[in-house]
Amino acid sequence: MAGKHTRPRVATCSLAGCFGCHMSLLDIDERIFELAELVEFARSPIVDKKRFDRRVDIGLIEGGCCNEENVATLREFRRHCEILVSIGDCATAGGVPALRNDIPLAECLAEAYVGGPTVHNPGGRIPDDPELPLLLDKVYPAHEVVRIDYFLPGCPPSAEALWQTLVALLEGRPLELPYELIKYD
Amino acid sequence: MNGRLTITVDGRRIEARAGQTILEACQDAGVYVPRLCAHPKLSVYGSCRVCTCLVGGRATAACVQPVQPGMVIENDSDRVLEIRRTIIEMLFVEGNHFCMVCEKSGDCELQALAYRFGITHPRFPYMFPERPIDAGHPELLLDHDRCVLCGRCVRASAELDGKSALGFAGRGLRRRIEADGPRGLAGTDATGDDTIAEVCPVGALLRKGTAYRTPYGRRRYDHEPIGGDIDAPCGEAQEDR
Repeated sequence: MAGKHTRPRVATCSLAGCFGCHMSLLDIDERIFELAELVEFARSPIVDKKRFDRRVDIGLIEGGCCNEENVATLREFRRHCEILVSIGDCATAGGVPALRNDIPLAECLAEAYVGGPTVHNPGGRIPDDPELPLLLDKVYPAHEVVRIDYFLPGCPPSAEALWQTLVALLEGRPLELPYELIKYD
Repeated sequence: MNGRLTITVDGRRIEARAGQTILEACQDAGVYVPRLCAHPKLSVYGSCRVCTCLVGGRATAACVQPVQPGMVIENDSDRVLEIRRTIIEMLFVEGNHFCMVCEKSGDCELQALAYRFGITHPRFPYMFPERPIDAGHPELLLDHDRCVLCGRCVRASAELDGKSALGFAGRGLRRRIEADGPRGLAGTDATGDDTIAEVCPVGALLRKGTAYRTPYGRRRYDHEPIGGDIDAPCGEAQEDR
C-alpha cells in the first residue's frame, strides 16, 4: 500500500448493521496487536474516532443503508477512502434489516409503534423528531448506493476471512480467499 | 452403433449412451454440470437453466438435451461459466434469500452453487418481492421467499408420492408454487413423510422440527463445493469486483 504516511489507514463503520462484523474483527484475538502495528485506525468506532481528517487507504463498511444518515456516512466513506470493502451480508445484501423490504414502510412503522401486540403507545404517535434520521423506503446494500471495490459476505464474515482480506489488501495482493471462507451465514 | 456414441466436452471425447441427456452423459464421465431443477429421481424439466452449456456454440440446457453423435459441448469455458453465474445471481435477486436466518443454510444447493462460483454479491439490484409463507401444515413449511420455482416438489408429489399436492400457478414474476386447494398445504394430502421437502434444493419446503440439527462446520457444503463428488471444483477464488 503505497503512501506518504508510514502506516496505511483503515476506517470502519457500522451502518444498518448490528456491529457483529466489528465483533468478528475483534475475534482475530492476539493478531489485534499485529493489526495495530500494521495499520493506523482512522474514523472508526474501534478507536472512537468520529471524523475523517485525511485520506484513508481502506474503508470497511458494515451494514446497508436504512436511513438518510447511513447514506450520508457511506458517501463520506466513499469520498475519503481509496478502497471500500463491503463487510457482511447487510452491506452486500441488505441482511436482516432488509427483511422489511417487502413490507410498505408505513405498515412497518404502524406495527412497530401503534398496532404491534407488545406496543403501549396511547397517543399512537410514530416518532418524528427532526433529530431522527429519515428512514428510506427500503434497506439498500452498500453497492446500490456507492461504488464498492471488494465484497466479503457472511453473517458475520469469520475473523479469519476478515484478517486474510485485510492482509491481502494491505500487501496489495489479489484477494483470493479459500472456499471455506466465503459463506453467507 | 449399438446405442453408444461419442460426444466432445471441453475438448475431451466422452462415451455416451443414446437417449442420455448431456447432463447424464457428463456425470457418468466424471464431469459436473451445475444444476438446480434436475434431480436423479425425477423427470427432466429444464426450468432453472443453471446447467446451460454451449452445444455447437448455442446455449442449451444440458438436463433436457439428448446427446447426439459428434456433439461438441462447452461446459467449462469462460462464456458458459459467465452465463451460469449470471443465472445464479438472478435467482438470488429475484427471491428473498436471507441465508443468515435460513434453516437450510449450509445444506442449500442454490447457496452452494453461489459458493462454488465464488459469488460474493449479485450484480443486479435486489427485487425484494412480496411473497407469503404457508406455515399451516402440521409437518411441512412452505416459504415462498426462498422458492426458485425449480418444480422439483411438483414433480416429486406426482412422480414419487403419487399425489398432486403442489402445482404451479401464475405467470412471469407472479409464478409460484401453489398447494392443491384453497387451504394451502394443510388442505392437501401431503404429509411429512412425502418426498417434497427432501427434494427441495433450497429452504422453500421444509419438514418442521428438523432445523439446525447439524452444527456449523459439519454441513454438506461447509468444506466441499457442490459437485465436488463428481469432479474437481471450477475455482475457489473470490472475484475482484
